[in-house]
Amino acid sequence: MKKLNITLLLAIGVAFSASAQTPVGDILIRNATVITITNGTLENTDVLIENGKITRVGTDLREPRGGVDEVIDASGMYVMPGIIDAHSHIAGSSINEGTSQVTSEVSMEDVVNPLDVSIYRALAGGVTSIHLMHGSANVIGGQNETMKLRYGTTNPDDLRFEGAPRTIKFALGENPTRGARARGIQPQTRMGIEAMLRNAFNDALNYKAEWDEYNTTRGNRKVAPEYDLRMETLVDILEGEILVHCHSYRADEIYMLMDVFSDFGIEKIIFQHANEAYKVAPELAEFGAYTSVFSDWWAYKLEVYYSTAYNAAILTQNGVNTSINSDSGELIRHLFHEAAKSQKYGGLNDNEALSLITINPAMQLGIEDRVGSIEEGKDGDIVIFDKHPLSVYAIPQMTFVDGVKYFDYNNDPDDQRIWVDPTSAIQDVVLYDAHDMHLCMHEADFVEMYELINGEW
Amino acid sequence: MVMRTFKITSFALVFALVALVPLFTMAQQSEVVRKAQVAKFALTNATIYTVTNGIIENGTIVINNGIIEAVGADVAIPADALVYDYEGREIYPGMIDSGTQLGLVEINSVAESRDYNEEGDITPQMQALTAVNPNSEAIPVTRVSGVTTVITKPSGGVFPGTAATINLFGYTPDQMYAGSKGLIINFPNSARRWRQTQEQADRARERALGVLNDTWDKAETYASIRGSEDVRYYPEMEAIADVIDGKMMVYIEVNAASDILSALEWIEDRGLEQVVFTGVSEGWRVADQIAEAGIPVITGPVLSVPNRRSDRFDVAYTNPGIMQQAGIKVALRTNDTENSRNLPYNAGFAAAHGMGREEALKAITINAAEIMGIADQLGSIEPGKRANLFVATGDPFETSTQILDVFIDGYQIPMTSLQLELYDEFLDRVPGLNKTEITVDR
Repeated sequence: MKKLNITLLLAIGVAFSASAQTPVGDILIRNATVITITNGTLENTDVLIENGKITRVGTDLREPRGGVDEVIDASGMYVMPGIIDAHSHIAGSSINEGTSQVTSEVSMEDVVNPLDVSIYRALAGGVTSIHLMHGSANVIGGQNETMKLRYGTTNPDDLRFEGAPRTIKFALGENPTRGARARGIQPQTRMGIEAMLRNAFNDALNYKAEWDEYNTTRGNRKVAPEYDLRMETLVDILEGEILVHCHSYRADEIYMLMDVFSDFGIEKIIFQHANEAYKVAPELAEFGAYTSVFSDWWAYKLEVYYSTAYNAAILTQNGVNTSINSDSGELIRHLFHEAAKSQKYGGLNDNEALSLITINPAMQLGIEDRVGSIEEGKDGDIVIFDKHPLSVYAIPQMTFVDGVKYFDYNNDPDDQRIWVDPTSAIQDVVLYDAHDMHLCMHEADFVEMYELINGEW
Repeated sequence: MVMRTFKITSFALVFALVALVPLFTMAQQSEVVRKAQVAKFALTNATIYTVTNGIIENGTIVINNGIIEAVGADVAIPADALVYDYEGREIYPGMIDSGTQLGLVEINSVAESRDYNEEGDITPQMQALTAVNPNSEAIPVTRVSGVTTVITKPSGGVFPGTAATINLFGYTPDQMYAGSKGLIINFPNSARRWRQTQEQADRARERALGVLNDTWDKAETYASIRGSEDVRYYPEMEAIADVIDGKMMVYIEVNAASDILSALEWIEDRGLEQVVFTGVSEGWRVADQIAEAGIPVITGPVLSVPNRRSDRFDVAYTNPGIMQQAGIKVALRTNDTENSRNLPYNAGFAAAHGMGREEALKAITINAAEIMGIADQLGSIEPGKRANLFVATGDPFETSTQILDVFIDGYQIPMTSLQLELYDEFLDRVPGLNKTEITVDR
């Protein structure tokens, strides 16, 4: 079934690849409370978006001569930058490669599913960009894809965040060791994970040295080293061309990765989940590492038992750039509420709390010059709320990507599917458990094998 | 392994000196001990949300022997009471989460710490109350957020066991028991579980339907002959016979619209009276039929995805309000364990999406207590009821609101938990970056 979908997608993709240009819009929003994130909160302010870019933020803006697609009276409403989810698995038709502990050659860009209705549901929660991540079943996983939620297209390429830096998934702790245990291979311990990382980087250095030697020494009879995409990717990491987003939970493994990266001269790390990052907040700040955390998830496994919902606040107060992510097709729909929990747990102010889902994740994905705040020159990725977005009573009213409206609370039809599975039941009813939506280990088949052997998850 | 070394810089020296200041000032502070306090309490000058008798401004609550003795604007403060001035604060009845597994699991991935799912399809005699661990770390984490009472329930199979309502304070299950139990039936389910095919779901439903009816037939027979001398004691049948004889309420977990209609027919066929539907995620589709049958509903989590891809994105948010407006008595649940503390936010989303704040507050207080048959003891701030209540800086549904104090059965609960203790320890960690320098400076 899944294969059929992918084949279909590929066919559609080829058919539409000529239309690479994604739509842009012109919008004038009037009289809103504009939460810029980077320049304060402005009352009774207009925002003008032209050709998909924010061109003016000010009062009494004049409508451009050519007109706009829509003038929106946002009196009494709140405008904020589109929410960015630095850890997502929606719109991915597969998540884990996991056949080896290093699979840096694979990329999520090949498995983007633009037909996933979860994209629309995320837009309905004010989300405009996501980081579609590889799973956490192996130590060095696949490359991720940064996307804009331009829902409605059948072409996966239309969702690309063009120009976003490349990123890759690493994973430490229980998930990779669990898989290895089932197969009786390394690494089954946190010692083994460190050793494996160092081996992989040393292999990459050797690979690079062979190529450097080949490229710098002239000779007629030399044979080129074998080209290896897995090693090429690792070399790119070592040279700082790919940002590492590392699944991690415990403080000791977080500290270990900073140690390894220091030794190999890798300057940037974003720790994903990082439930115990609060324990090494001073070290994270010193390194300049970033963290992307849950608001309050804990206790679903041993390595998240000693968690605290105050994690984001402790990290923020220690000067660590922190975001709150969803990792879930459910949580992604109310990240504004998840960010607000940093006010209950640690008393962050409004701007600090909203930075957790806007400018901070933008910095973690290297797209902060394009999105994450309302500034002239940035992309027209914007969400309008009826109440302050940190209020539990706030409901997103409209969501725009590049000035194009993709969600309208009052005017959208209920059924937002753009593809109906012809083999599904006419009334396909699915019951979810909250943890079903936690997709990091999705499709890691050996994990199911492990369950069979050991009778447990 | 190469250890990472930190250079000693002037910055680090300054940092170390700054880090010392709180160290000196906090040296005398005693360690926090998680111990409840009991006294005759008078909570004064607060805005009291009684739920059943409106809002009292500048009100006083007197708590004595675990019971609310007096509530009102002109209540005399007993001379021997421990008085707390809550000027500018709001007091609410303790929130009730009508569906959790609190106490039954510590770490979900560790099988040894999971006690909610016994082997077998027919285990109605399994008692959740027996397996409640009063010292589970999730309990303080939950109650400091104002959730004082929960249903904790077993799961798995057609008859997973008997759920119990517990207060989140006490050192034995009996000290926690809040006086309500109910048998759980997982009604045969036509919907798919995630990662299940429709064929698998259909087969499972057929089988479950067979188990349910076959077991119920036998239990009806058993109920009619039990007590006679030659009837062997049969614990599974005893548990179900109690429902048949009207001695025990029954929670029927049912979600898909077509299954809800089937369940309505089934309870009519079987002549059941004390029935509560739980889950009911598609209740909005058949709300009038549920209302007509007079069946109360425990629904949630509100923060949930729709059951169908074709559904409007917010059906899980609007479901409680639609059912309530159709005339159904609605209570809410998180269906969670460690994050049962998010109950007020589930209520907040329901409130924002059609239910309104007042009805949403009832759904996590008085409605829940009424559905469980313990409204004479819990669910509102009234004289004679158990003193389960909390003090907040404002609207407890609002995310930024702080819960300042919690009382359960008249005990003032220590406002700490594993998560708060970790916060206190690590906010300004000592030592910070450099351990050696602090030692030298001493």
